[in-house]
Amino acid sequence: MLKINNLHASVEDKSILKGINLEVKAGEVHAIMGPNGSGKSTLASVIAGKEEYEVTDGNILLEGEDIEELAAEERAHKGVFLSFQYPVEIPGVSVTNFMKTAINETRKAKGLEDMPAKEMLQLIREKSELLEIDRKFLSRSLNEGFSGGEKKRNEIFQMAMLEPKLAILDETDSGLDIDALRIVANGVNKLKNKDNGVIVITHYQRLLDYIVPDFVHVLYNGKIVKSGGKELAHELEEKGYDWIKEEVDA
Amino acid sequence: MSKYTEDDLREELKTKEYEYGFFTDIESETFPIGLNEDIVRAISMKKEEPEWMTEWRLEAFKVWKTMEEPDWANVNYKKPDFQSIAYYSAPKAVDPNKTLDDVDPDLLAMYKKLGISVDEQKKMNNIAMDIVVDSVSVATTFKKTLSEKGIIFMSISEAIKEHPELVKKYIGTIVPTTDNFYAALNSAVFSDGSFCYIPKGVKCPMELSTYFRINQGGTGQFERTLLIADEGSYVSYLEGCTAPSRDENQLHAAVVELIALDDAEIKYSTVQNWFPGTAEGKGGVYNFVTKRGLCEKNAKISWTQVETGSAVTWKYPSCILKGDNSIGEFYSIAVTNNYQQADTGTKMIHLGKNTKSTIISKGISAGKSQNSYRGLVHIGSRATNARNFSQCDSLLMGNECGAHTFPYIEAKNKSAQIEHEATTSKIGEDQIFYCNQRGIDTEKAIALIVNGFSKDVLNKLPMEFAVEAQKLLEISLEGSVG
Repeated sequence: MLKINNLHASVEDKSILKGINLEVKAGEVHAIMGPNGSGKSTLASVIAGKEEYEVTDGNILLEGEDIEELAAEERAHKGVFLSFQYPVEIPGVSVTNFMKTAINETRKAKGLEDMPAKEMLQLIREKSELLEIDRKFLSRSLNEGFSGGEKKRNEIFQMAMLEPKLAILDETDSGLDIDALRIVANGVNKLKNKDNGVIVITHYQRLLDYIVPDFVHVLYNGKIVKSGGKELAHELEEKGYDWIKEEVDA
Repeated sequence: MSKYTEDDLREELKTKEYEYGFFTDIESETFPIGLNEDIVRAISMKKEEPEWMTEWRLEAFKVWKTMEEPDWANVNYKKPDFQSIAYYSAPKAVDPNKTLDDVDPDLLAMYKKLGISVDEQKKMNNIAMDIVVDSVSVATTFKKTLSEKGIIFMSISEAIKEHPELVKKYIGTIVPTTDNFYAALNSAVFSDGSFCYIPKGVKCPMELSTYFRINQGGTGQFERTLLIADEGSYVSYLEGCTAPSRDENQLHAAVVELIALDDAEIKYSTVQNWFPGTAEGKGGVYNFVTKRGLCEKNAKISWTQVETGSAVTWKYPSCILKGDNSIGEFYSIAVTNNYQQADTGTKMIHLGKNTKSTIISKGISAGKSQNSYRGLVHIGSRATNARNFSQCDSLLMGNECGAHTFPYIEAKNKSAQIEHEATTSKIGEDQIFYCNQRGIDTEKAIALIVNGFSKDVLNKLPMEFAVEAQKLLEISLEGSVG
């Protein structure tokens, strides 16, 4: 579903990604780990189509289609979803209104009519129950005054609403206490199916106890330097990243 | 990543013409340019006004000649040459007995373009329309329904003839001819406007609505509105404006006077969309308006405004809270883009006991524009237990615009409670990207963020106006983030 070939990307002429190769097939969960500054969030932003990042070489194929020319919203329409590490606040815009706009804009792009209000309400009810979200929460301004945990849970709620083909979770575990982590992971697991793919970006093994990856990749200095199964995550948890750095730098 | 960027978008929008920038070819009768006593007399005569009105105008003209154009506002513009303006222009052959069916089809077509189908408005929206095109009312509807309740809603020219006692009693009592330069000018040369009187205890059953429109090139517009809500009455009044695209600057200096007698309530809502000038700052309307209301005992006046247009705006809808327990409210959204300049706000003058005022101002600046809030809260020495709450929020887009806040507070009574809150925020690339990532394109994202920012004020507008206002915000800010 997602195929990244020799991807190089830079921001303000600073090269950050230096030849990434990655394939995510439908039904798979991939974890991307790595030390700070290795390019994990950049990779997420580049896939999502953030403008500041310039792809200097290589390509990203989504279901065989090169998405380089597509704007961020067009990629979203094709089913790319990014759960942000730092979700932004939009004062005065309720979660419900935001989701309604997002869903209807996506439908419009596909030539569909707006989702009928009744259907929308039903969807909201269903997904908020899945993530154990109090519906009062949904009439609050988007992320304004939300705790770290609420923000992350809200990201996964949005993911549930939009039902993406490819979900990228960028450090979704940071700022979550253990209960929230369980709820969020549970939500992701329920949304996972044989037709979609998930990329989990994280520092820690902790989240991967709940969302079990099929593959674990270590990103270091803009490249994937090691790949393996879920046991690699345990190894990293035990030994840290230094041994990998040494291996690479040697 | 080479793709459709915001630069492309901006380029595309720059070439997009002002939505309502068209010119309808209607035969007009325009006075020679320039201003002197003869012109003032001629205007008065043209309008078949009684002697007292002519004298009132001449008095105002005398005062105006001694005054200087104010320059304390935070705006820069080339001062109009008042001798190069035509002070009267009326669509030809106005017959007061005309019905809508007789109205010039060109005019009706123009309203259609603006999305104002008079017929539809009449039937569906429960709105009585008093349409002002280039100064003279050409059609007044719903008069009959209103007159059954004793409500008078007509052009001020008609009112001067039909209800001289009311006009004479109230005109110039809230905004005296000597009040300021533009008010004096307006008093001397006002061409037309609206008059409204709600009798004692009557709740006006519909929103009263007036659409103003400048149509003749180089013609100044000097509207005069006088609205009187008698004891215990209620009225909601809507004023909306669009102006066609022109290269030379057009002057608009209106005066609005509101009188809310004991226990009366007036809601006055404005959507202002005069031509703001081109993206290069060429042309556009100069909008120098004096709006003021007086509240007697237990009365309430709410001003709600959405200001998106004009090259230069100078406007401070104000309340004089004279009566005890009276309430003044000001809710404002002011949008400036490209080279627009706005200096707008309110004055809340607390004179009576237990008077309350609320000010909520939302300024949105984009492009190279300058947006200023200027407000005065005055608590008089006898205004025991007066209360004010002010909130001024500014939203900036890009790095070349400016937002300014000038709050003035004068409290002469120690029991006063005055609160002032102010915030400044910026629409960030991060917010836009967040929306983009959820499938919302940049234009829509800006609209969403701006609507969220303006929500507290939009909620104060009557329903049908709120929808229009939201659309206007979108149009005004198209292509403004980069």
